Amino acid sequence: MLSARVRVALQVLPLALVLLVFFVVPIGFVVAVSFFHYDDFGIVPAFSPENYAAVLSEHLTLDLYLSTLRFAALVWFFTLIIGFWVAYFLVFHVRNQLVAIGLFLVCTVPFWTSNIIRMISWLPLLGKEGLINRGLIGLGVIHRPLEFLLFSDFSVVVSYVHLFTIFMIVPLFNSMSRIDRSLFEAASDAGTSRLQTVLFVVVPLVKSGIVLGSIFVITLVMGDFYVVRVMSGGSRASVVSAMFDDISVLLFPHAAANAVFLIIIVVLMVGLILRAVDVRRELVDQR
Amino acid sequence: MTNSSGNRPWTFYALAAFFAAYVLFLYGPMLCIFILSFQGQGGALVFPMRGFGLYWFIDLFTQVRTGDVIGAIERSLPLAFIVMALTVAISVASGMAFRQRFRGSGILFYGAVASLVAPGLVLGIGIGLMFQLLGVPEHWWSSAVGAQLTWTLPFGLLIMFAVFGRFNRAYEEAARDLGASPAQVVRLVVIPIILPGIIAVALFGFTLSYDEFARTLQTSGPTNTLPLEIWSMTTNVTSPALYALGTVTTAFSFLVIGISLGAIAVIQRRRFGRALPAKRP
Repeated sequence: MLSARVRVALQVLPLALVLLVFFVVPIGFVVAVSFFHYDDFGIVPAFSPENYAAVLSEHLTLDLYLSTLRFAALVWFFTLIIGFWVAYFLVFHVRNQLVAIGLFLVCTVPFWTSNIIRMISWLPLLGKEGLINRGLIGLGVIHRPLEFLLFSDFSVVVSYVHLFTIFMIVPLFNSMSRIDRSLFEAASDAGTSRLQTVLFVVVPLVKSGIVLGSIFVITLVMGDFYVVRVMSGGSRASVVSAMFDDISVLLFPHAAANAVFLIIIVVLMVGLILRAVDVRRELVDQR
Repeated sequence: MTNSSGNRPWTFYALAAFFAAYVLFLYGPMLCIFILSFQGQGGALVFPMRGFGLYWFIDLFTQVRTGDVIGAIERSLPLAFIVMALTVAISVASGMAFRQRFRGSGILFYGAVASLVAPGLVLGIGIGLMFQLLGVPEHWWSSAVGAQLTWTLPFGLLIMFAVFGRFNRAYEEAARDLGASPAQVVRLVVIPIILPGIIAVALFGFTLSYDEFARTLQTSGPTNTLPLEIWSMTTNVTSPALYALGTVTTAFSFLVIGISLGAIAVIQRRRFGRALPAKRP
């Protein structure tokens, strides 16, 4: 019979191997290639900081990061507001638990379908000839089609919120489900208003859900390259879409240096968020 | 707030309306392209409907200019099944290990979370570079499987955390006391109890692989998977054939989701049916 330690080691070995071979080592290759030298003739293994110097000295880099961070902040704000109230409604207002689970599934089902399809499904709605413009003209609210609806920052944010709100709803739903209902009675006995109960009872108790959801949404927006491209009609770029342009013309070292830079920034952001709440303790130990 | 009896507070109606608006926001656009994909030959990308029929579905599968849709499906399906099987096996095994603290458990957990939140394209570039520099050719059944596992495994692991969080270890101890071997404990006690969770992991593994785009883009080798085919269509195809492809893939995803959720519901019902106290001797 196997000892307990050997058994645990065997159980986690496949996961550890996959993460090592397809996550840690590839990131190592990205870091290595970021120091390679490239010119018109090809890519030469080297140890040169020139790609970092190039990335850091380009005016474009700062613009890309500012634009991506602005999208991340906007999308985080909207997904947090929507996700919080949707989860709140499902957990505390729907009395029948089966109905609540059913409605929760209604929210999660689109997550299992193609992101690209869901993104392009906004085209017939937001376009110049789209349903919203026709509807508003038909109602006489506007006389000329609204141009800002499609291929703009607006449509980019709408698509992000459409795609990523589920990543806020699930952790919040999970945290809220674990709140002891008698706290509400205690709060109302103590004379708190509804809003105060939400602010001072619910929000502190779902902090870990907010943190997890925020990490998902922010990293998803930071890593996106296709929504920003298609939904802005090519007028906006993100950090990763610039990388995508680099590798399509085989500028791997430049893209790699950019990628290392992005990874450092994302890790710093996530680290800062995690300093606030120990998510692992919430997930694994507190049962 | 839930008063167990009496009238619902006004906030219920306000939030119910908010929720309904969210669901409309979620499904409305998708419904639009489903409807628009059933146009006739003169169909366009926007309303109103121009004719009605299956013209664009036929166009999708017969026209060469819309790309190799059938070939892409023939690759994406086995890919999704491979990723699903690996995700289930690896997530269940590591989920069982994570029930106790072990040396390196923290690093492994944060490694899985990092792999989940890492920018997909960057990971794809890394895997592509690794295969290129090692001189190994990329294929959907090698590099793309690995790339997709870095996305599906963390989800599987998180689900297993939730599943084992509600798992009563007394069942295992009881089985051991009755003389079951460790293998028997897993096969006859643990697996049947966590079966709904396993189906959920399989559902995640399959659909997340079938629709995966960012990580697969640089790792699928010379041939396209279905999401890559859709991606190239978004830039090349300006006919409702694009919507028809969206309708077909979404309908297939819904079928898989329906089967999985149905299976979970059947198992749960059977279980609760059995757990009810016997009325007659």
